Amino acid sequence: MSKTSKHTAMLGLPYYAWAIVFIIVPLFMVVYYGLTDKTGAFTLDNVMAIAHPAHAKALWTSLVLSLESTAVCLLLAYPLCLVLARSGKSSNSFLVLFLIVPMWMNFLLRTYAWQSILEKTGIINTALAALHLPPQHLINTKGGIILGMVYDFLPFMILPIYNALAKIDRNVIHAAHDLGADDLQTFLRVILPLSMPGVISGITMVFIPGMTTFVISALLGGGKILLIGNVIEQEFTLAYDWNMGSGLSLVLLVFIVINIVIQMLTDKDGEGVL
Amino acid sequence: MKYRNIMTIRKLTSLALTGVLLTGSALTLGGCSQKSDDNANVLYVYNWGEYIGEDVVEKFEEETGITVIYDEFETNEVMFPKIDADPSEYDVICPSDYMIAKMIENDLLRPLDWDKMPNATAYTGKTYLEQAESFDPGNVYSVPYTWGTVGILYNTEEVDEEIDSWSVLWDEKYYDEILMQDSVRDIFAVALKYLGYSLNTTDLAELEEARDLLIRQKPLVQAYVVDEVRDKMIAGEAKIGVIYSGEAEYTREENEAMAYVIPKEGTNVWIDAWVITRDTHHYENALKWIDFMCRPDIALENFEYIYYSTPNIGAMELMDEEELENETLFPDLDNYDNLEAFDYLGEEAEAMYFELWKELKSAD
Repeated sequence: MSKTSKHTAMLGLPYYAWAIVFIIVPLFMVVYYGLTDKTGAFTLDNVMAIAHPAHAKALWTSLVLSLESTAVCLLLAYPLCLVLARSGKSSNSFLVLFLIVPMWMNFLLRTYAWQSILEKTGIINTALAALHLPPQHLINTKGGIILGMVYDFLPFMILPIYNALAKIDRNVIHAAHDLGADDLQTFLRVILPLSMPGVISGITMVFIPGMTTFVISALLGGGKILLIGNVIEQEFTLAYDWNMGSGLSLVLLVFIVINIVIQMLTDKDGEGVL
Repeated sequence: MKYRNIMTIRKLTSLALTGVLLTGSALTLGGCSQKSDDNANVLYVYNWGEYIGEDVVEKFEEETGITVIYDEFETNEVMFPKIDADPSEYDVICPSDYMIAKMIENDLLRPLDWDKMPNATAYTGKTYLEQAESFDPGNVYSVPYTWGTVGILYNTEEVDEEIDSWSVLWDEKYYDEILMQDSVRDIFAVALKYLGYSLNTTDLAELEEARDLLIRQKPLVQAYVVDEVRDKMIAGEAKIGVIYSGEAEYTREENEAMAYVIPKEGTNVWIDAWVITRDTHHYENALKWIDFMCRPDIALENFEYIYYSTPNIGAMELMDEEELENETLFPDLDNYDNLEAFDYLGEEAEAMYFELWKELKSAD
């Protein structure tokens, strides 16, 4: 190993230190708490507690809502990215402007803003009333939570897909056309497969925060819909049961690991990884 | 060039992601204030949200030269774990009665030196000190700050009937117009009182009956919220809400059509009181804070801002007739024989309440 590459490796040290203190150590603490009881003895009860009807139901609700919002994000993002990737470089500034600027605002604030948009006396229903249309029940529903997730996580779907699409060499597409493929065939057999790493990456980045959120469901669900994130939060705050909270977090971690493994298997070159 | 564009996007994505992650961690770490200098002239105060006069902290700092680090909590249950994990994280806290009992039992509080609090000694009403003995025998650990009731707030322009019973919360004509408290003890207290049981019951059958009643009510409930009851009622989001008396008075200032009633089945009468944590590093400052809160002009200023009844007789002497005759703030409690304060029920009962609460929140 040459001297320069040794020095280059040193550049990673601050991050490694960061990762150990703020990622590895907390993770081990979660594992420790999750696999022990209040006296510190080993137990699987906290993990098995996922079978408790309220917990299992919350996990299922989280899974369904998260998948639904991931699907909506994908359906919205992919066509948009096709357009953006085709329109070339000048669209980058558009993309940056419309996706990044809202993200400069605090995520919590934006979710609160949705509250006042969706409420009974909110912006949408006030507008509907002005047009003499019947009011809609939007907030404190599963639909409201999905909307919040889609709004908050959509950029994480758009950016990797755009990234993957923009990387496709135009010559590959030209070659497909030259060889007689029509637009649909080119899309299905060239563009779509080449953009899959971005799609998988996007799915991961929307699905995981959707699975774990407790803020969106609290603010837009009116406290009536319990997600697994809410259960875990309440175990830590209300019940003050760190063991149970950690045990349930471990169950959630399994879903996240599965998701990441799928991503790694489908994206061997690391192209879609951000 | 193309490569660089891609790098930019990647970088932006990771930046954006970091932003979200940090927001997330800020949410969970929000309350962990760092303390480096234990000898500094500071005071860490942990109080309910919007529970102090606007200028009071500033006045305290000016008069004493103590720098106040002021944090807020939303429910007793959220406050407790933090203090239990580190009884020096805050110096002075304002929990409710049953939570003070729990903190005493868990040895998290330090006895107060009443000799150093002349205002607290002179102006705290005797009746309130006597009531406080139910959770703090001998008034060793706490000085009452506010007291009040839990009742029903309704908009008289939207509700045609005169409400006098908890039963209205189960009336189907108020579908999607009801706001309930998102807090374990408070929400079960409503159902238990309606059923005629004690709000301190630990009888599983009674509690299950209360849970079933609340599950039956859930479809009618618009949302389970805490502080938002006030704002949503003012905005006209809902017609009926379960609320604390002080919050009710605040909404009446904003909208005269609001009416507050203590249901005939009885309710919770509570006291919030100042306590000092066991491992406080600023005991003297904390005593100064509590005594400052008991000074009549400050107690009055707090009262006029937060609208919760004060146990401070000095402040009451400064009030005008109209304020004293306000039935929301100073109700004639002799008319009720079914008012109760929350007791600390012990860990086993707490776990039982929490379990039933989860079942309620999880129900469709």
